[in-house]
Amino acid sequence: MFKKTILSALVVLGFETTELAAEVVFEIPDIAFSFEGVFGKFEEAQLQRGLQVYTEVCASCHGLNLVAYRNLGDEGGPSMAVDQVKAYAAQFETFDPEIDDFRPSIPSDRFGDSQFDGAPDLSVMAKARKSFTGPYGLALNPLFRGFGGPEYIVAILENYTGEEKEQAGTVLYENLAFPGGWISMPPPISDELVEFEPAHDNDSQSLSEDVAAFLMWTAEPKLMDRKKAGFVAVVFLIFLAVLLYLTNKKIWATAKRKD
Amino acid sequence: MGGIPHDHYEPKTKSEKWLHSRLPIVGLIYDTIMIPTPKNLNWMWIWGIVLAFTLVLQIITGIILAMHYTPNVNMAFQSVEHIMRNVNGGWLLRYLHMNGASLFFIAVYLHIFRGLYYGSYKAPREVTWIIGMLIYLAMMATGFLGYVLPWGQMSFWGATVITGLFGAIPGIGESVQAWLLGGPAVDNPTLNRFFSLHYLLPFVIVALVALHIWAFHTTGNSNPTGVEVRRGSKAEAEKDTLPFWPYFVIKDLYALVVVLVVFAAVVGFMPNFFGEPDNYIMANPLVTPVHIVPEWYYLPFYAILRAFTDDVWAVQLASLLSGGIIKAKFFGVIAMFGAIFVMVLVPWLDTSRVRSGRYRPAFRFFFWLLAFDFMFLMWLGSRPAEEPYASLALAGSAYWFGYFLIILPLLGLFERPKATPETIEADFDSHYPPKPAE
Repeated sequence: MFKKTILSALVVLGFETTELAAEVVFEIPDIAFSFEGVFGKFEEAQLQRGLQVYTEVCASCHGLNLVAYRNLGDEGGPSMAVDQVKAYAAQFETFDPEIDDFRPSIPSDRFGDSQFDGAPDLSVMAKARKSFTGPYGLALNPLFRGFGGPEYIVAILENYTGEEKEQAGTVLYENLAFPGGWISMPPPISDELVEFEPAHDNDSQSLSEDVAAFLMWTAEPKLMDRKKAGFVAVVFLIFLAVLLYLTNKKIWATAKRKD
Repeated sequence: MGGIPHDHYEPKTKSEKWLHSRLPIVGLIYDTIMIPTPKNLNWMWIWGIVLAFTLVLQIITGIILAMHYTPNVNMAFQSVEHIMRNVNGGWLLRYLHMNGASLFFIAVYLHIFRGLYYGSYKAPREVTWIIGMLIYLAMMATGFLGYVLPWGQMSFWGATVITGLFGAIPGIGESVQAWLLGGPAVDNPTLNRFFSLHYLLPFVIVALVALHIWAFHTTGNSNPTGVEVRRGSKAEAEKDTLPFWPYFVIKDLYALVVVLVVFAAVVGFMPNFFGEPDNYIMANPLVTPVHIVPEWYYLPFYAILRAFTDDVWAVQLASLLSGGIIKAKFFGVIAMFGAIFVMVLVPWLDTSRVRSGRYRPAFRFFFWLLAFDFMFLMWLGSRPAEEPYASLALAGSAYWFGYFLIILPLLGLFERPKATPETIEADFDSHYPPKPAE
């Protein structure tokens, strides 16, 4: 009770900087993804499962036009073998202006555009949404739990109510996580929609989490490089700061009569 | 370098003399590096070095980013993502540059508020202060121009809102706006000229920084006591000062590296902390974001801009007196620029004979209220334009102007300041007492 009072006081004071409170606020549940936090890493197997979910489900409408097939072989990503990447790309066709026709895709080609305008490209979607700044709205939460972009994707996939309505000739589906409550995307994910080889959890929640992780990678493919570089930089800079602290102390010792 | 007496560079060898009689550049560097600096400077005097470092960082990363960036509405967004994905180390350059802007403004705000607290703006340092304000304005312009370049939703709509402010100028507003945009709306010509100017302005800032440094090297640094360095003789001056090298170079470098630890952590672990997620959606003139917010560093002034709506008496009065020419929007624009202009005038608005806030207890109260007001306005700027935020923003704006236009001029006349130390040496010795004679 007391905690709740404090929380609402913080919200009133604006420490909670998430979206406007005009509508009924749906709280996006946090998920402990492997890539969050200072030492966060993508899990190759999860990214590969996510790729499969994307390919079998999302790709029928959505595109990933900033990502090339060759990226699937990148370290710090799904890390697929070269021949796997080639085989994956070859399932799709790319328009080649040189021959003025479609040909099987090769690793240097990109995932295509969305199939129609209503379906946004998903390449950087996980960074284009921010669903929380963390518990109690403390600004440091992105450091430990991310911004909630992938959580938002999972929440969208998992919070259909089953209600539908028709509006101006379009069917809208009620979705608690979507701003405004009604989304034009039909519920895409259901239990056991995708079969993994080897077998892995494929209930709706797991599928959503896998594809959200995959989309985080497409949005931030250098995430692991970045965190590693950040850690090395922080360690070395702290070391340099200590050296400079000691140098500074020594230099000033006479002036401050401390020697 | 005039001002405080100190040793100057003396060319010794033949070749040194040869160069010195033709171009005294070594002497210039020597005098700059060895400048006598008040020995009681505290840790708030380190932001200058952080700012200098950040300016260089922004220029270097920016020049390399420009090699890979394409200022065209159909390619800008993709070219930024190309930098993030395909350019070696591109993600690092881009995140350094993006967060470098925030570091720049954090440092400049602390630098400005340090000046306001210790009265660094007072005679004879008014010119240093005014050049500093010009640098700050140039930084704001540069930051705004740069934010448009990734061509995300916030880039586009931010540019639309900000250039729209100029459209509020009575009579010529629309022409000015079209001239800025290169057309009737934000489009390719806008992006092209913004890129060009974003590349130009930092070099203007470099020139202004050189003048800023030249100016305060002429007057000497201010210091926490506000008491001037004694200049009667070199020996006297040496009691109050220490040479910049090595004392302050090492101290400043130490502080800089501590700041960089935090900066590296932000870049490495949460590089989008200061950004808006909407900017990862490509600009779309047909879709307006729910909530258009400028970058955090403009928020206090954005709050002042929005505070003056039609129902504010000052706006109604201005409208009445100007025969309807000054409307709420134009009033807001005047208020926003006015909020910066009153800072430019502060050397003449502050009537106190005592320079440093350290010896002005009444001033200190109002100063900290101003600092709080600044943070408060920053927060209000991020809120939607509705109650209770609108009234609070009006109150916050009123205090901002009240501080500069009413409180500062009156305070100098009525307050009773505490005694200031006789000399910088005396202040320093009270912190670091001389050892008793052996």
